[in-house]
Amino acid sequence: MLEIKNLHVKLEEEDKQILKGVDLKVEPGKVHAIMGPNGSGKSTLSYVLSGRDGYEVTDGSAELEGEDILEMEPEERAAAGLFLAFQYPVEIPGVGNMTFLRTAVNSQRKARGEEEISAADFLKLIREKAKSLKIDADMLKRPVNVGFSGGEKKRNEILQMAMLEPKMCILDETDSGLDVDAMKLVAEGVNALRDAGRAFLVITHYQRLLDHIKPDVVHIMADGKIVKTGGPELALEVENNGYADILAEVA
Amino acid sequence: MALPKIKQDTTDTLLSSMAMPDGAGWSAAARADALARVQKMGLPTRRDEYWKYTDPATLTTVAAPPAATFDVGDETPLYDAIDRLKIVFVDGVFDAAASDDLTMAGVTISRLAEAGEKDIHWAKDLYGTLEAKGQHPVERPMAALNTAYATDGILIHATAKAEKPISLIYHHKSEESDAILHHCVKLDKGAELTILENGPAAARFNKCMEIDVADGAAFHHIRAQGRDHERRAVTHMFARLGTESVYKSFTLTANGVLTRNETVLELTGDDAVAHVAGAAMGDGDFHHDDTVFITHDAVNCESRQVFKKVLRNGAVGVFQGKILVQPGAQKTDGYQISQSLLLDEDSQFLAKPELEIYADDVACSHGSTSGAIDEEALFYLRSRGVPKGPAQDLLVLAFLAEAIEEIDDEDIAADILTRLEGWLARRR
Repeated sequence: MLEIKNLHVKLEEEDKQILKGVDLKVEPGKVHAIMGPNGSGKSTLSYVLSGRDGYEVTDGSAELEGEDILEMEPEERAAAGLFLAFQYPVEIPGVGNMTFLRTAVNSQRKARGEEEISAADFLKLIREKAKSLKIDADMLKRPVNVGFSGGEKKRNEILQMAMLEPKMCILDETDSGLDVDAMKLVAEGVNALRDAGRAFLVITHYQRLLDHIKPDVVHIMADGKIVKTGGPELALEVENNGYADILAEVA
Repeated sequence: MALPKIKQDTTDTLLSSMAMPDGAGWSAAARADALARVQKMGLPTRRDEYWKYTDPATLTTVAAPPAATFDVGDETPLYDAIDRLKIVFVDGVFDAAASDDLTMAGVTISRLAEAGEKDIHWAKDLYGTLEAKGQHPVERPMAALNTAYATDGILIHATAKAEKPISLIYHHKSEESDAILHHCVKLDKGAELTILENGPAAARFNKCMEIDVADGAAFHHIRAQGRDHERRAVTHMFARLGTESVYKSFTLTANGVLTRNETVLELTGDDAVAHVAGAAMGDGDFHHDDTVFITHDAVNCESRQVFKKVLRNGAVGVFQGKILVQPGAQKTDGYQISQSLLLDEDSQFLAKPELEIYADDVACSHGSTSGAIDEEALFYLRSRGVPKGPAQDLLVLAFLAEAIEEIDDEDIAADILTRLEGWLARRR
């Protein structure tokens, strides 16, 4: 599904290398987790994959189903099936949540040469998906993320994911700012989307999210590289002993 | 006191080239008074403080600077699905064939050019009256010029709730047309009327509307000025508001090398409400000036000014807005916001918000901002699959939304919004 090879990335504005050769292969149907200390480059990886400005790829490649995504515009990556759940979802005053989602769904369909979804079908679909995420009609009507609590913002991200049905979902610290109940809701939303044709990359600091979204593979990232890969037990090791032991071990 | 030479010369040159219409009848006296006001004030020049940001030179030349007409192609006419009484002017000349019959329940409608031949007409007490009053404390010579020389206009007297909106449609077909229209609108106690205006009107258009809103009456005004690039317009709305009356006006402007829209309102009865809003989109050779002067002269009145401008490729937007609260106008609630979205570094927004308050128990606020497109929001939209162009349009519409929300009628608001979306999409 997603194959990253020797990815080197620096900041555009300053001479600072953030990613120093990331290698990662995510198979369809799998959930991979990336853990790592602050400043290890986890979020940068998610931004570079989704096409945010301000980063320069100096070496390496990233392919989604064999297609080079690094040359694509952000909207082309989305249409190709990539989705990033933001750590800090952006507030957009004046744009209704519903309008935003319908525009997004139809833009992607159009880009893929598919027919646009009718207003009635869209409404039916979004009501159904919103219900399971406990997103009420009011939240759908309000401007995108404006006045949403931290939990509401993250649930809104998952709603977008559910509506857009991407192939490759990247969750950037989706657990940050969530209480236990909200985390469960979000995790349930993610789990409902798990299927054989879809893959997940879950970026997190903590093991607790992985209690709810069970990963197949866990990677530890440090200083711009993936330094260790293992099964779910690796996350428990981090939880119990912190990163210091693992980092010392690979150093 | 003698006028500065440049002002005197400009005024003499233009006035000597103009003639009052024949058969002015009851309006003759008002026109003579207005001409005297123009002669006394002189026409505006760039040196006048009130015209500091907008050069009036092309508004006061003898001949209108030629302006190419614009083909809107297969665009559906604005307000097409709205049931309305249509009155059409082509380059400032009434087009009877294209207009509806000027009769409607709750309203009497006549034309200035025809009614003028009579000696007695209800509009005699209104024509030029609010304009004359609106000359203080700031002079508005272009409006006095209009009163003196207007060739036609619509005189509307609403005695009850009008059956449907009156739609004034202004076509621009001649590249040299120089149109002066003066409308008068009188709403009796409890009457309700909506006036729709749209179209580029002429190469140069000087339009004045005087509106007398009696106690408990409601006046709604929705206007679209577009889309001819080279047209020029100077317009004035003068209104007097009675007790518990409502005045709500919204203007959408696209294109136009020069537009100056002045609104001069006086809230004379308690509990009156006045909202004035505008959304303007300028691209390239575009200069748009909203100048508003609202006087609170009664207790517990509300006024609201919401002006938004989206500017690109060197377009210029101007806002001069003033709230004057007279002594005794307690419990005034005055709000004013003017904002611009600058899509590049070449465009300019000039704002002059003013508050002048002589009462001690009032709430007045004003704000003015200029900003660029929110890059974070743009990326967020794109990351969800919305291409850059449509994503930018969504953000532009979101920026303009607060002004469009000032339109009460949902169908008309939807029509304006659809039009705006179409214009934005075409620009890409």
